[in-house]
Amino acid sequence: MYYTFIDDRVNQKKMAQLIFNHLNITALSAAVPSNTINNLQYTMHFPADEVREIVEKTGIYQRRFAPPDMTASDLCFAAANKLIEDNDIDKTEIDLLLFVSQTPDYRMPATSVCLQDRLGLGKHTIAFDINMGCSGFIYGLVVAFALMQQGYLRKALLLDGETRSKVYSPKDRKTAFLFGDAGVAALIERKEDFGSSFFSLNSDGSKENLIKIDAGGYRMPSSVDTVKEKVVDEYGNIRSDENGYMNGSEVFNFVISEVPSDIDTILKLANVQKSDIDYFIFHQANDFMNNYLMKKLKLQKEKVPSCIRYFGNTSSVSIPLTIVTQLKNQLDGKKILLSGFGVGMTWASCILDINQLKISDLVEI
Amino acid sequence: METNFTIMEKNFIQHFAEAIETDATHLTMETKFRELPEWDSLAYLSVIAMIDEQFDVVIDGNDFKKLNTLQELFDAIQLRKR
Repeated sequence: MYYTFIDDRVNQKKMAQLIFNHLNITALSAAVPSNTINNLQYTMHFPADEVREIVEKTGIYQRRFAPPDMTASDLCFAAANKLIEDNDIDKTEIDLLLFVSQTPDYRMPATSVCLQDRLGLGKHTIAFDINMGCSGFIYGLVVAFALMQQGYLRKALLLDGETRSKVYSPKDRKTAFLFGDAGVAALIERKEDFGSSFFSLNSDGSKENLIKIDAGGYRMPSSVDTVKEKVVDEYGNIRSDENGYMNGSEVFNFVISEVPSDIDTILKLANVQKSDIDYFIFHQANDFMNNYLMKKLKLQKEKVPSCIRYFGNTSSVSIPLTIVTQLKNQLDGKKILLSGFGVGMTWASCILDINQLKISDLVEI
Repeated sequence: METNFTIMEKNFIQHFAEAIETDATHLTMETKFRELPEWDSLAYLSVIAMIDEQFDVVIDGNDFKKLNTLQELFDAIQLRKR
């Protein structure tokens, strides 16, 4: 069924809303480093009782850290190979390869192009990177769906990987316990019997300083000074300009201000109620924030899966990682709502009617 | 006889105490909340959630920095209520 108009009521807030038809995710796989960090024992720089308090509030007990020679693309490479193998995918039919990450292999060339070669895909494959964080998987889906909509492309591989463990300073209490590494691979296909999917995407660059890495780009090029650690606040937190930082309270303010209304928007666009949604899959930032969102939106706990306890905040990977680790064999015929929010700041949500989704077992490398 | 305003302030103190997990009986509107032993960045998150849930208000971080007593916080919330 084609939607040929969008209700004015929905348009009032002037958000970017898209509707696609006949497109779906048909297979999903994930890979994580086998190297596991136990947060309660991550006490090299902070007293154990303080660490315990943070762990209990955030709900993050374990994370996976990629060793020095392992990158996000390696995690996605492992996930992609598992996906290809489990689903007997003909690689020559992959016409599109997207790599979502803010921890790419290089500033250039795009990591997706390197992966095109590593995966043995054809030269006809369109390959490019998407530089987005926590909302990135949904942005990646939108780009894949948009390019696939007309039917000229046969299959798309959406890869999404992050090694945030390499971004944040272990001596900065505000971020030391939160982030973990992972990579996913999603197969996107077009079939006439797939239904409609709905997307809402948003950005607010006035909040660019809420989650950021100052140095290493061209605003503040890397230098001998940018790599030096320094005390950054009155609490004695230490990081360099090459490390990421986050204003946790302002991020929380942003999430509670924007996410509930974005979810309202997407439900209206899809013309469904909350009760029609089988699963709400939120970006896994921390337990406190997600529990609050669940409470504010009046959602039943059984409909809100979580994997943050085991993997921490893996940025854009957290939504598909939650699906792979928590919803295997549970999604066929289900209506799911994805909501990602974070660095930029950007936020996005989508509603998908899953047809058949083959989820691979988690890979550990 | 207590005025409605005092009852609102009492409720506010109770909500604040619950949010930061302390006893409401030793708090007054003059309490400098940043000097409480329970106050830290995690308590701040709980207070943000409490203010949103109870009053449907969000206070921008730069504005929040200027507030020091529970009275000032209460007044800031009243100003922003829809």
